[in-house]
Amino acid sequence: MPEIREKVDVCVVGAGHAGCEAALACARLGLETVIFTVSVDSIALMPCNPNVGGTSKGHLVREIDALGGEMGKNIDKTFIQSKMLNKSKGPAVHSLRAQADKSEYSRAMRKVLENQEHLTIKQAEVCELLAKSYDSSSESDCIATKKITGVKTFTGAVYECKAVILCTGTYLKARCLCGEAITYTGPNGLQAANHLTDSLLNLGIEIQRFKTGTPARMDGNTIDYSKMEEQFGDERVIPFSFSTNPEDVQIEQVSCWLTYTNEKTHEIIRENLDRSPIYAGIIEGTGPRYCPSIEDKVVKFADKERHQVFIEPEGLHTNEMYVGGMSSSLPEDVQLAMYRTVPGLEHCKIVRNAYAIEYDCINPRQLYPTLEFKDIKGLFSGGQFNGSSGYEEAAAQGLIAGINAALTIFGKEPIVLDRSQAYIGVLIDDLVTKENLEPYRMMTSRAEYRLLLRQDNADLRLRKIGYDVGLVSKEVYELTVQKKKLIAQEIERLKNTVIGAAKENQEFLSSHGSATLKTAASLAELMCRPELNYKILSEIDLNRTPLPEEVIEQVEIEIKYEGYIERQSRQVEQYKKMEKKRIPADLDYNDISSLRLEARQKLISYKPVSVGQASRISGVSPADISVLIVYLEHYHSLKSEEI
Amino acid sequence: MKTDTIAAIATALSDSGIGIIRVSGDDAVVIVNQIFRNSKKEQSLLKYESHTIHYGFIVEDDDKIIDEVMISVMKAPKSYTTENTVEINCHGGIFMMRKILDMVLKAGARIAEPGEFTKRAFLNGRIDLSKAEAVMDVIQAKNEFALQSSIKQLKGSISDKIRSLREEILYEIAFIESALDDPEHISLEGYHDRLNGKVDYIINELDNLLRSADNGRILKEGIHTVIVGKPNAGKSSLLNLLIGEEKAIVTDIAGTTRDTLEELISLDGITLNVIDTAGIRCTEDQVERIGVERARKISSDADLILYVVDSSVELDENDEDIIRMIQNKKVIILLNKSDLYEVVNEKNISDMVRKSLNHDNDYKIIKTSTKEEKGIQILTDSIKEMFFHGNISYNDEVYVTNMRHKEKIMDAKNSMLQVADSLEMDMPEDFYSIDLMSAYASLGMIIGEEVGDDLVNEIFSKFCMGK
Repeated sequence: MPEIREKVDVCVVGAGHAGCEAALACARLGLETVIFTVSVDSIALMPCNPNVGGTSKGHLVREIDALGGEMGKNIDKTFIQSKMLNKSKGPAVHSLRAQADKSEYSRAMRKVLENQEHLTIKQAEVCELLAKSYDSSSESDCIATKKITGVKTFTGAVYECKAVILCTGTYLKARCLCGEAITYTGPNGLQAANHLTDSLLNLGIEIQRFKTGTPARMDGNTIDYSKMEEQFGDERVIPFSFSTNPEDVQIEQVSCWLTYTNEKTHEIIRENLDRSPIYAGIIEGTGPRYCPSIEDKVVKFADKERHQVFIEPEGLHTNEMYVGGMSSSLPEDVQLAMYRTVPGLEHCKIVRNAYAIEYDCINPRQLYPTLEFKDIKGLFSGGQFNGSSGYEEAAAQGLIAGINAALTIFGKEPIVLDRSQAYIGVLIDDLVTKENLEPYRMMTSRAEYRLLLRQDNADLRLRKIGYDVGLVSKEVYELTVQKKKLIAQEIERLKNTVIGAAKENQEFLSSHGSATLKTAASLAELMCRPELNYKILSEIDLNRTPLPEEVIEQVEIEIKYEGYIERQSRQVEQYKKMEKKRIPADLDYNDISSLRLEARQKLISYKPVSVGQASRISGVSPADISVLIVYLEHYHSLKSEEI
Repeated sequence: MKTDTIAAIATALSDSGIGIIRVSGDDAVVIVNQIFRNSKKEQSLLKYESHTIHYGFIVEDDDKIIDEVMISVMKAPKSYTTENTVEINCHGGIFMMRKILDMVLKAGARIAEPGEFTKRAFLNGRIDLSKAEAVMDVIQAKNEFALQSSIKQLKGSISDKIRSLREEILYEIAFIESALDDPEHISLEGYHDRLNGKVDYIINELDNLLRSADNGRILKEGIHTVIVGKPNAGKSSLLNLLIGEEKAIVTDIAGTTRDTLEELISLDGITLNVIDTAGIRCTEDQVERIGVERARKISSDADLILYVVDSSVELDENDEDIIRMIQNKKVIILLNKSDLYEVVNEKNISDMVRKSLNHDNDYKIIKTSTKEEKGIQILTDSIKEMFFHGNISYNDEVYVTNMRHKEKIMDAKNSMLQVADSLEMDMPEDFYSIDLMSAYASLGMIIGEEVGDDLVNEIFSKFCMGK
C-alpha cells in the first residue's frame, strides 16, 4: 500500500504546553521538527484552570523563560489579571500568577508555532513508535537496547526521525467521568488517543493510570457577584518574561471573585459520596492529593466549616466563569445542587460540567534526568505523560526534553539542572527518582534550597545555560551579564560606604525607629536592620547613582538575607558532593553483596546516575549509600588499574 | 586550597607514661604555637626548622603551666599527611591528654574524624591505597552482621532523646512547609510564639545533652562491664553501689532482676558501661529464662566480667555453668556477702574454676559486702589497674566519637540559636526552615539517620583515631 514517508529530525507527539516548548526548542536550534496534534484547534489548550503561575509554578515559568522557552512571553501577551502572591512572606515564596484569556493564549501560541522556521504542525494521531534494536555495549554511559527510528500515524504515514518526544498529556486512552456518566474522550470532549499505548507496551514501556479533574464553568450572567469579595490584580504588574518590557503589561485588568462553601454544601457532598466515581471505586487512576476535588477536601478536612471558592473569568470574549477550588466528579444533579449552596451561585447555570479524567501515563523512573528513556535511545518525554500535573510543570519538562533531544542529535552533552539550580531540577529529579503514586504537582516545600531558587533571580541562575544551549540570543544574554555586574558593584559599594555617628545620621536613624550608632557602620550593615531598606537609606547615601528596579531588588535581597543565603549555600555544597559522585551506567548491583536486598532491587530498577540521586530513592538507606560509596571507590581504583 | 587543621590523641587512652597529640593542617604550627612556651617562656614554635624536636611547656592563660612537653615540628610536605604536622609528646593519662587536646581545639583546630589523618595521607597521595581491596573486605565482612551495628549500639536512652528532638524539629519543618503550600487550610497565625517556645525547649534539651557529654556519659560507650552471678548473689546491689542510686530492683527474693540493666559509670576517668543481668540458674520460669539467655549473650560481648558469688551459700552446678560461660573473658570474682557466715572462700572458688575448666585461671578474687559497702574501693582499684596495664582495653575511638557527637550537638544548637535570632528579628517563616533543617541534619548524623557528606570517611573511620 502506498504511504507517505517523510524524513525529519524530530517528531513531537502532542501540542499541549509540553509539546509546544519541546517543538519550539528543537526547531529554534535548527532541527526539522514536526509537531503532531489530534486537533490543531487545541494547541496550547488550557482545559482546566484559566491561569499561569501561582506558588512555585510561577518560579517554573520564570525559569522556562530564562532558558529561552515561550510560556512566559505568551502569558505576558494574553493575561487579563496578574498578581504577585505571598508578598507578606519572604522573597523565596513570592510567586507570580496571571489569569489568562484562555482562547487568546492558545491562539497566540499557535501563531508562534506557525511562524517558527523548521517547524511543521500536523493534525494526526500518532499510533505507533518505530524503533530498532540497538547495541550500546561500546558506549560507557548507555544501557539502551533499542533506538527510535520514527513514528507512524493512524492514516499510515511514516515519519522517520532521529528523536521522538512524547507529550501526550491526558489523551492516552482517556475517559471522562461525571458521576455515573462516562465518555471515552480526552479533555473538553476532544478525541482521545487510543492506539499509542499498545505500541508503548510493545516497546517494553511500563504504563500506569492517573486521574485528575476540573470544576464546572458557570454562565457569568447567572452569578451574583455582590455576595462575593472582589479580587483585584496588582496595581503595578510585573511581567513573567525577563524580556518583556514592563510598560507593555500595565493593562486594564479584570477581577476575580472569592466566595466560600458552607455546611450545606458539605452536607450535600457527604450525602452523595456513594455516587462519586472515586468513592464508589469506579475510578482506578490515582488522583493528585495536592489538587484535591471538593469531595476530597470535605472528607479530608472534616472539621473545616468552609473552603475557599475562586470565581475566575475564562477570557474576555466569553462570560464563562471557572469555579476554582471545586473540582468534582459527582453526578450532574449533585453538582448543580452543591454549587447552588455557595453564596453568589444560588441561581447559577452550569455551562460545562465538572468532570474527572483518567489517562495512561508512564512511570517516570524509566527516564534519565535528561528525560530520555533509559532503554530506548532517542525517545524523550515530557508533561502529564510523565506523571506530572499542571501546565507549568508540563512546559518545563517539554523544554528540557526538547533541548536534550536536540543536544543529543548534535552529539553534545545534554543538560541536567540539579536541585540547587532550579525548580525545574527539583521537578525532574523528583519525577525520575521518587516513587510517584499520584500526579506530581510542583510545590514550594519540595525545593529544599528555595532561598536560592527565587523567581526574581531565575535569569541570573539560568540565562547562561539558555545561551550556551543556543535558545537565548547573545544580545539578551549580555543584558543579564550587565545586570549581574551592576548588582555586584552596588553591593560592594554599600559594604564599603561607611556612615559615621554624625548628628544628621543619628537623627535620620531615630526618625525611622532605628537604634543610633555607637561606632561607624557600613550602609550594608544598616540595610540588614529590619526597619531600614535601600530606599529609606537614600537620605544618607549621597553618592548613589540611579539603578534599574530589578538590580535594586537583588541588592536588597542579597544584603538583607546574606547570612541565610550563605548558610543555604553551605547546605548546597554538601548536597553537591554527593551529586558529583557518578555511578557508571553499567554498574552491576548484584556484585555488591553487602547491599540490602530491597536497596539492591530499587537501585537496579532506578539505575540512578549519581550517589546523590541514589540516596533519594525510597528504600535505600544511609547504610546502603555508604556501602555504595565504598564500592565505587574500589571500582574506580580497579578501573584505573585496567587502564 | 587551604586545608583546615585537625587534631586528635594519637596514642591509646591509657595511663602510659607518654601520650601524643597529633595536629595536622595548614595552621598546625600556628595553632600549637599559641599554647606553647619554650624554657625561656617564648612563643617560639614558628621559628623552628622542620623535623626538629623541642622542649617546653603547654600553658593556659599565658603563664599557667599545664604540662611539660616535647614538641616535634614537621613541615609540609614531608610528614605523614603531607601537611604541616605538630606532635605534642605530653604526659600520659586521660585527663592530661584530653585537657591538652581541648586547648588545641580551642586554639583553632577541629577534632579529627576517625581515620582522618590516614585519609588525608591517602588523598594527598602520601600513601598508596592499593589496599582498597582489603579495606573493602573488612567493611564487607563487618557488614553482614554489623552495618547497622553503630545504629544498634545507639539504641540507648540518649539516642532516643536525639531521635525525639529530631521528631520535634521535623514536625515544625513540616508545619511551616505545609502552611506555605496550603495557606488556605493551615494558618501560621500565632505560630511565631509557639515556635519560640519550642525552640527554647530544644535548645535547653541540647544543653542538657552537652552537659552530659562533658560528664562522659553521652553515648553508651566505655568498657563493656557485665555483672553475672546466680540469683540473689547481690548483683543489683553491686550495680547500685557503683552508681550510687537505687536503680535495679533489689529484694531478698531470688530472681528479681529478670532483664538486664545498663548504666554508665565513671571511675576516675575511665568510663564503664555496666550491665546488670538476671541471675543465672536452670529455671522453668519463662520470663526469667529469657533474662538468663540475654545474660549469656551479653556476657559474650563483654570486655570485663564481674562475677558475683554469694559466699554464704554452697557453690553448685549453676556456678560451673557460669564459669564455663565466662572462661575466655577478663574476670574479677567478687565473694559477696562477707558480712554473713563464710561458706565459700578463695580456695573453694579457685577449686571450682579448676574443676569446671580442667585448668587453673588466675582470676582476681575480692571479698565484698554490698550491704556494708565493703571491698568496693579494692574493686575500683583493681579495675583501674587492669585498665592501665592494658589487661582490658576499650575502643580508641570512644573519645573521638564522643567529641564528634558533641560537635554535632553544638552544630545543632547553633542552628537553633539562628532560628531564635530569626524569630527575634521577625523574619518571615520560610527563613527558619533553613536552620531547622540544619539542626535536623546535624542530629541525624549522630544516630546515623543522615548520610554524612563524604562517605569515604566511612572507610577511614575503620582505622583508629589519631592515625
